[in-house]
Amino acid sequence: MPLEPEQRPPARGADEGESGSHGPVLEAVGLSRSFGTVEVLSDVSISVRAGEVHAIIGENGAGKSTLMKILSGHLAPSRGVVRLDGAAVELKGPVDAERRGIVLVHQEIMLAPDLSIAENMFLGREVWRGPALDDREMNRRAAEAMRVFGVEAPVAAPVQRLSIAQRQLAQIARALAVPHRIAIFDEPTASLTPVETAALLRLIRELKAKGVALLYISHRLEEVKAAADVVTVLRDGKRVATRPAAELEPLDMARLMVGRDLLALYPPRPPAPIAGPALEVTHFSAAGFAEDASFSVRPGEILGFSGLVGAGRTELFEALFGLRKGAGEIRLNGAPQQWPNARAGMRAGAVYLTEDRKSKGLLLEETLATNLTLAALDKFQRGPLVDRARETQALDEAIERFDIRVGDKNLLAGQMSGGNQQKLLLAKMMQLDPRIVVIDEPTRGIDIGAKQQIYRFIAALAAEGRSVIVISSEMAELIGICHRIIVMRNGRVVGEVSGETMNEHAIVVLATGVDAKAEGAGA
Amino acid sequence: MTQAVREAPVAATRRRVNVAAIAPFAALALVCALGALANPRFLSFDNLTNVLARSTFIATIAVGQTLVITGGGLDLSVGAMAAFISGLTILFLNSGLIDNIPLLIVSAMVLTLAVGALCGMFNGLTTTLGKIEPFIVTLGTMGIFRSLLTWLAQGGSITIKNNDVRAAYRQVYFGDVFGVPYPVLVILGVAVVGAFILYATAYGRHVRAVGSNEDVARYSGINVARVRTITYVLQGLCVALAVIVYVPRLSSASAATGLGWELTAITAVVVGGTRLKGGVGHIWGTIAGALILEVIGNIMLLSNLVSEYLIGAVQGAIIIIAMLAQRGLMRGR
Repeated sequence: MPLEPEQRPPARGADEGESGSHGPVLEAVGLSRSFGTVEVLSDVSISVRAGEVHAIIGENGAGKSTLMKILSGHLAPSRGVVRLDGAAVELKGPVDAERRGIVLVHQEIMLAPDLSIAENMFLGREVWRGPALDDREMNRRAAEAMRVFGVEAPVAAPVQRLSIAQRQLAQIARALAVPHRIAIFDEPTASLTPVETAALLRLIRELKAKGVALLYISHRLEEVKAAADVVTVLRDGKRVATRPAAELEPLDMARLMVGRDLLALYPPRPPAPIAGPALEVTHFSAAGFAEDASFSVRPGEILGFSGLVGAGRTELFEALFGLRKGAGEIRLNGAPQQWPNARAGMRAGAVYLTEDRKSKGLLLEETLATNLTLAALDKFQRGPLVDRARETQALDEAIERFDIRVGDKNLLAGQMSGGNQQKLLLAKMMQLDPRIVVIDEPTRGIDIGAKQQIYRFIAALAAEGRSVIVISSEMAELIGICHRIIVMRNGRVVGEVSGETMNEHAIVVLATGVDAKAEGAGA
Repeated sequence: MTQAVREAPVAATRRRVNVAAIAPFAALALVCALGALANPRFLSFDNLTNVLARSTFIATIAVGQTLVITGGGLDLSVGAMAAFISGLTILFLNSGLIDNIPLLIVSAMVLTLAVGALCGMFNGLTTTLGKIEPFIVTLGTMGIFRSLLTWLAQGGSITIKNNDVRAAYRQVYFGDVFGVPYPVLVILGVAVVGAFILYATAYGRHVRAVGSNEDVARYSGINVARVRTITYVLQGLCVALAVIVYVPRLSSASAATGLGWELTAITAVVVGGTRLKGGVGHIWGTIAGALILEVIGNIMLLSNLVSEYLIGAVQGAIIIIAMLAQRGLMRGR
């Protein structure tokens, strides 16, 4: 882009043929980092060459993000050096790192919510035409950048109106708009569905072909297997292995990450229910997002909802629970219902667990107990008082039942890992003892150990006779745990798969409406 | 191992929160020490009770404001509301509807509380149901209340006409129980009730949740509009209580009554450690904040170091210093 004084060209296509003979572009040598007295990264060395994809995997807290922050100039190492083209450099900050051609795609979405995709993308690097901003040009370029992902995004609309996946893509496009030769991706696919993931993987192959060196963090091991040349596994801040991706199967990776043998990822499916439907929804619409959706779920059944980003799954259920505008018929055990707000659903015995646990699910600055009882506080009252003793007792039980791993029960919710937050959110809603549980993206951004546990909790809920609806962008997990999967496309229910027909190909065909060769989908 | 990592910053946070909660009281002690140094008369019982009694209006209103702000709202109309309700109260006392003086005064008090609650409810419903920023709504009602009082007083002042009524009602401000003036008891009572509501009840928990993150509250099945509206009603009741204590002091209300109280009250709230954007409220901190402001005013009157015309400047400086100190404590290493 015009303002960047480039010292080195971002990509050196000409050298590509002999890239194998080059030394690493970026090297970390014996990096350590401590916070206070705690060492979160100790003596980690990795390197990446031009045109190579190096995946970093590990459980939450293994030190991946710390390592990436050091390599992108956001953090200084306590010990060790970063080498660029063989020469030790001191990255003075993210801007310095970008000037040297290193860009980081953040895990957390960092876009100004009131600005548009285009405005965010060109923030600080605006395009001018005479004395005024050239919005048309910026919008055009932003739309082009988004089209790389096969997404027609409203580039001029405020970011806050976009779905999480669209924001994620905008963020990737924004990072890559800076001239770069080293790109670091911190869980770029956490909130993407298979089609966007496939588009991203295609983009990564293109970058690779251009000679960009890539570091790639992901929890999705199949994706790592498909995209990476080399895999480094971190555990407890230390490097436990670096191997060619070709030599590692996803299960081997998981084993290395956890440091012990994993049982099967998915629990045995509870027996298929036979009773009549517990919840029936007919002709339900969510203004502007979902139309005329009808479905039902039986007691003890796990029903999946699959679809692409923007298919309207989240919006349909938010409307159902009165969290956004919508209309249609709801029947609970045959009785007609109206749920104008979340409280009404809760009274009827139905809860919705948001996909956005950080900004809609939990009060990050409050304690675990406060969060746990928030939705069911009337159960913890004695007269007008909140019964703190009962709250503490409930927290102990929740920690036990959902295996929430905290050393200190007085922690704030925001200080826990994603996996523990998800367990807390689940525990919070279970305080209401609901018969219908809708869980939106139950395992987004959480590590494999916690995922495995969440699947077991879901199976246990169904085994208790509750109806569970799981909305997920990970087809593999829906296939792994559900009895039946409903697929949505463009706001409509387009089909259902179960038993024999429940496979990724069938779902992709329904979700996209085209019987394409399942190109890289979910892989 | 990873748990240890997460715990490390926590211990530090908790220590910081404690410091932040104690800071207003430390500042109050410091200001009192300065007062004693500046003028020995400062520590006399008479002067101290006088300071406490004078701080009643702001302290009472500020407790209500603490609830509103903790719930993510703001009320700029409290000063004008106090003036308006004072006017109505005095008009009622002058109306001659009830001959029995004690009964008249008690009825006036009940009426005052009812009007306060209604004024608060109007603010609350307009912000929540109308979905308008509280800053704008209460800026509007501030003008409305102030103007209504000016109109009722026809540009002048409204005064209690009957001397017997005036003498009887005077006791509410100037009377005492075992030497403790009633106004001081009012502060104590309002603070205790306010702290009880905010810290011990489910409603208080909901106020904090709504102020901390409205979406989380909504997704948790909390009726956000109702919780917020009630904070404004409680604020209206606090203003009415302040009026009940204020009217007997001067026995009169004019366009100048309660002028600037909203800003002083918000200053007290913020100095007390409550977070302006909601979610965290400190009732006792607010009381300390109100006392700090009053004590500083008192010291400036007692000593001749700084002109008393500069009270506004000093209060302005305090709010900025308090915010800087808060930020320092939050970041504190």
